[in-house]
Amino acid sequence: MAATTSSADPSPAGPQGQETAEKGKRRQAREEPERDAAGLGRRRAAAFLAPALLLVALFLVLPAVWTLYLGATDYRLTGIPAIDPAFVGFDNLTKALGDDGFWRSLRLTLVFVLGSAVIGQAGLGFALAWWMRERTGRLRTTLEVLVMLAWILPSSVVAFLWIAFLDRDGGTLNELLRTPGAAWLLDHPMLSIVVYNIWRGSAFSMMLYSAALGNVPASHLETARLAGAGGLQQLRDVVFPRIRGHILTNLLLISLWTFNDFTPFLITAGGPDGATETLPVHIYKTALGSGELGYGAAISFLMLLINLVVAVIYLRLLGQRNKSGTAGKKSRTARRKARGSGQKEAA
Amino acid sequence: MADITLNRLAKVYPGGVRALHDLDLTVRDGEFFALLGPSGCGKSTLLRTIAGLEAASGGTVHIGDRDVTALQPGERDIAMVFQDYALFPHMTVEENIAYPLKVKKVGRAERAAKARRTAEELGLGPLVERRPGQLSGGQQQRAALARAMACRPRVFLFDEPLSNLDARMRLEARTFLKKLQRELGVTTVFVTHDQAEALAMADRLAVMESGELRQVGTPTEVFRRPASTFVASFIGSTPMNLVDGEVTAPGAVRVAGGELPLPDAAASLTEAGEKVVYGIRPEYLRWSDVPAEGAVAGTVSVVENLGSAQLVTLECDGGVSVQVVVSEDHEPEPGNRGWAVPRNDRALLYRDGDLVAEHGTTDATVSGPAEGPGNGVGDGPADDAEPVPS
Repeated sequence: MAATTSSADPSPAGPQGQETAEKGKRRQAREEPERDAAGLGRRRAAAFLAPALLLVALFLVLPAVWTLYLGATDYRLTGIPAIDPAFVGFDNLTKALGDDGFWRSLRLTLVFVLGSAVIGQAGLGFALAWWMRERTGRLRTTLEVLVMLAWILPSSVVAFLWIAFLDRDGGTLNELLRTPGAAWLLDHPMLSIVVYNIWRGSAFSMMLYSAALGNVPASHLETARLAGAGGLQQLRDVVFPRIRGHILTNLLLISLWTFNDFTPFLITAGGPDGATETLPVHIYKTALGSGELGYGAAISFLMLLINLVVAVIYLRLLGQRNKSGTAGKKSRTARRKARGSGQKEAA
Repeated sequence: MADITLNRLAKVYPGGVRALHDLDLTVRDGEFFALLGPSGCGKSTLLRTIAGLEAASGGTVHIGDRDVTALQPGERDIAMVFQDYALFPHMTVEENIAYPLKVKKVGRAERAAKARRTAEELGLGPLVERRPGQLSGGQQQRAALARAMACRPRVFLFDEPLSNLDARMRLEARTFLKKLQRELGVTTVFVTHDQAEALAMADRLAVMESGELRQVGTPTEVFRRPASTFVASFIGSTPMNLVDGEVTAPGAVRVAGGELPLPDAAASLTEAGEKVVYGIRPEYLRWSDVPAEGAVAGTVSVVENLGSAQLVTLECDGGVSVQVVVSEDHEPEPGNRGWAVPRNDRALLYRDGDLVAEHGTTDATVSGPAEGPGNGVGDGPADDAEPVPS
């Protein structure tokens, strides 16, 4: 039984950032007796890491620092500042914070994230995963393939498909609804891109929740059923507490992805009249459309800060769960062990 | 409190696998009843069908006077304890125990009081604030039992209740469960693959194989008079010796090179020349170091120490081997000659796999679904009470 301790330990899913300090500590404690497990020595181990670190530095850290620098200048695409940008300090940031356009974009982005990711993708993804839980066969396979297709198709292709779908004259949706001439992208631009993004991204939530639901023991659901709990009660009492970590991780990822998503631009180009100008589109228009690279970089920096805030909120929630949930995790481990031994005996 | 009556209960899974073949069975009020069988025999399916977690494909389930066949699990007034106990890790022990009451919308104060009282009864008093992860295996089991007890159901169902405990805890839990069941007097059905568990705990048990009941009876009946060679080989910690033999003219049977008297039960039911299987448990063979009358003779090949006795494998002259439980008084060594004398009132004869005995002495046997209802499985009057819809 001692040999299974490590395998029974819940695997550290997801990026390392999500590991709590406590868990990290535990692991450290376990690995202490053999600090150099591979026997490479510090120098050779560092050499193995170097290429990856170099790439990260080159393509992630450097551009980030570069953006920070650009944001503090009046760098432009054309004109004299393009050749000789001047240092302007916090001017760009204060300008952005006083700009109605920035705040409007931020508000639109939040609507887009809440509507399409937090409510739409997570909700639809969970509904699909829950529905598929006990189903097999052709219907399930077909649905899975369709949902996955929406996810893996290239953005440019998808954008074209949606423009054709929503087109005013002879668009597929108008044909289906028999509403010729309805200009969806003009009359309901935000709704259009929200629906588009739900369609586009639900696959990820569906897959993540499917895996999570697979971890909910059938006996727990059946215990609730035997007590007389209905479907919603089972979700509330058994499923959600069990997959809370998965839900938060999923929301974190899809929130950040949707926050930074640029694809709506391919459909609406931020229009009509800025009605779908989310922050990434706003930055694009500012930096490349108007050529104000320095100002655009400053807004990018603000966006980075917002992303950080969102991430920190989710990670806090995850951390809380881990603190209160250590007992639960232990019990899961213990039970898994117990089940393993039971199976052995049965065999 | 209620009895459970199954009437031609069938379960066919999509894809055509028949898990249960038109079962008839009555579990009496207050009885501790075991469903025993090898894995895949349908015992768990039967338990889950009684619980309502699986829908029956045919037949009916009655609990008390109520036909529950079409009812949801929550409406059947039953409680089930799962093999993994299924305690919710995010709730304290008290919340777990109170959960069924919470679903039934019992007030907060009342359900807390009930949960605490039930926990006290099972010796979980000081642990109610803990989470399941902070309990030992035995405590987890008792918490799961407390949750089942708290809402006072008419029937308990246990799925492999002991298999998640280690060997020592298992013996303790066995005694504990049997005592608890007696005190509560609630009709209880449990599933197990361990014949020792079934014999030790159950008031009556049913031996199942491939979706059919092979024998229903008290542990003593099933142990002493297995209705078929399958049951004979499944029950007993040392498997029963089943040796091919032939009935010879004057009330004797030729087995493993020896001439044995016909077993008492089968004496008047066989004809000379018949091929039979002679069954005798190793415990019912008497060891002899010297040639004996009515014995099988052979050479000792293996001696296994059982503690207070030894299990001796005898290579017989007919080329078959027979196992004998030998008391401490003898010390056979491999290579020795030995003789085993059967206890005639415990020896059994099987013809085509079925026990040869006068009808009525095997009071609770079934041989298959073809005989239909009322063939002596259930012993309650419910068996022939109503016509079977089909």
